[in-house]
Amino acid sequence: MEKIYTRPSYIREGATSGFCPGCMHSTVHKLVGEVLDELGIVNKTVTVWGVGCCILGAGYTTHDSFGSPHGRACAVASAYKRTNPDEIVYTYQGDGDLASIGIAETIYAANRGENFTVIFINNSTYGMTGGQMAPTTLVGQKATTAPFGRDPKQHGYPVHVCELLATLKAPYYLERVTCLDAPNVLKAKKAIKKAFQNQIDGKGFSLVEIMSNCPTNWGMAPLETLEFMKENTLKEFPLGVYRDKDAE
Amino acid sequence: MEKRFMKGAEAIAEAAVRAGCRFFAGYPITPQNEIPEYFARRMPEVGGVFLQGESEVASINMVNGAAFGGTRSMTSSSSCGISLKAEGVSQAATDHLPIVVCSVMRGGPGVGPITGSQQDYWQATKAHGNGGYKLLVFTPESVQEAVDMTYHAWDYAEKYRNPVMILIDGVIGVMMEPIELPDMVSDEFIAQNKAAKKAAYAPGPREDGRKEKHPINVSDGGPMGRNHADWMKYEGWKENETDVEFYQTDDAELIIAAYGISARIAKSAIGILRSEGYKVGLIRPKRVYPFPTKAFADLCPKKIKGILDVEMSMPPQLAEDVDAATKGAIPMEYCLTSYGVIMNRDDIVAKAKEMLNK
Ligand SMILES: Cc1ncc(C[n+]2csc(CCOP(=O)(O)OP(=O)(O)O)c2C)c(N)n1
Ligand code: SF4
Ligand SMILES: [Mg+2]
Repeated sequence: MEKIYTRPSYIREGATSGFCPGCMHSTVHKLVGEVLDELGIVNKTVTVWGVGCCILGAGYTTHDSFGSPHGRACAVASAYKRTNPDEIVYTYQGDGDLASIGIAETIYAANRGENFTVIFINNSTYGMTGGQMAPTTLVGQKATTAPFGRDPKQHGYPVHVCELLATLKAPYYLERVTCLDAPNVLKAKKAIKKAFQNQIDGKGFSLVEIMSNCPTNWGMAPLETLEFMKENTLKEFPLGVYRDKDAE
Repeated sequence: MEKRFMKGAEAIAEAAVRAGCRFFAGYPITPQNEIPEYFARRMPEVGGVFLQGESEVASINMVNGAAFGGTRSMTSSSSCGISLKAEGVSQAATDHLPIVVCSVMRGGPGVGPITGSQQDYWQATKAHGNGGYKLLVFTPESVQEAVDMTYHAWDYAEKYRNPVMILIDGVIGVMMEPIELPDMVSDEFIAQNKAAKKAAYAPGPREDGRKEKHPINVSDGGPMGRNHADWMKYEGWKENETDVEFYQTDDAELIIAAYGISARIAKSAIGILRSEGYKVGLIRPKRVYPFPTKAFADLCPKKIKGILDVEMSMPPQLAEDVDAATKGAIPMEYCLTSYGVIMNRDDIVAKAKEMLNK
């Protein structure tokens, strides 16, 4: 018999992720693991975890990794990569981490064209702390700190990271994807692979924004979150390539 | 050994380079800009990395990132900038990263004036960031001492796997003095030092089946193991790592307590006082953490009429540690300046005479 599907070597044998059922964080972990295996770089890879549900991956994956204070992953990764240019470095960050408290670190790492990869999980909420309003919460979407829904008059509008970073000259590759169905999962994997390949090739800053769900804090069953995303999230955050210097 | 005439800030940077520091990140703030500016010129010459961070917060996290990878790394800042670095230094303390932070004190609180002060003693020694960690805090009184302390800072940081702080005031940072520079460590040393740290505790690729050493896994002994081990480390410092100078204390009837530039000025005041027959000495902590408690606790209340605390801070900060050491057995008075006003030698002389003539 031929083995056609297996656990990526990057995921620890016998470990459970700790992510809630139906959460796309799990899917993205699997994709990153598959990509690292396919590119043959697991042994060379170091993750810098952001602070949020993403840190649940620290006990779940096998390769080297370390944490960073909330929002600072891009600063930590910049220095690590510059002092260890032969290794593969990526940050794994949520939207609160990357686009609120860490927006400066993100913009400046992108603007310096740092040669590492950013895996950015945008679930429109502060998942780990219990569903507060995030920089990416949709207009009208409820959060524990916006109980009547996001109101632009009070809270402003959602922050679009790919569009924002696309105003800079240095970033090499910026793409927004999602994991809400099989075709999109395959596209997401392709984007993640490209983002790592760019780093191997020394091309510079690559970020993949993955539009995700948070069944727990959205108060929805996993399948409902997918419908919600199609109807709402993806309209506010259009999927697509926002920068690809290969194509320019 | 090479002799040069150098500004304190630049001498510190050169000493760091010669110690093998190959990563520096910082954000502009007076009065310490000469440190990052020097590194910006110097790092490319030695194959090191200089990064101007987008903020102090980013800079300290960059320094931690380089340290995670085994590189000797450093940042510097001043007062309100050091406040912002508390997040990263606290993280370095828990991750056991051997980083070096140079704190060049200016006035405060808040943004404060840009001239030298000693108002960040508590910040350095008591509670810089959250979680109850300690730093080894070196307090040079001259450019030469700043060079020597910086050069050896990583030896201590690596021995204890703990951040080290060089605490100076704006005066030492901008003062020019003739100095002897230590030799540059070899490239072999730098490579071995980095490799050894990576093998021992840094993350990074390994051939042995990816048994990662996440810093979270560094300490054994259950959830409290790390805090307990760090506490014992700090207790050990109290025994082994104090450093203090006794200056003309043998026959002294009045003891001046001072560190850094204030101690330097106090020495000159003591010269004047001694020439007029006043028996005054100085106890100078060369490290303010761990504090040389014994040096003050051993003072004989029958022999010593008083302690004159000399520091550029209101409220006085060093004074609290001195008073705690003597358990208040010796009366203390103060000669203070603050908010970026430099200590005046004549004020020390006058205050000492007043105390001894009582
Ligand atoms: C300095 C600091 N502030 C706040 C927190 C608390 N905190 C932990 S996780 C988190 C939110 C994470 O949200 P996000 O980055 O969107 O990740 P998610 O959990 O949604 O995947 C916050 C605010 C912290 N750990 N540190
Ligand atoms: S709280 Fe939300 S983001 Fe976090 S694991 Fe659960 S579903 Fe995923
Ligand atoms: Mg989130």
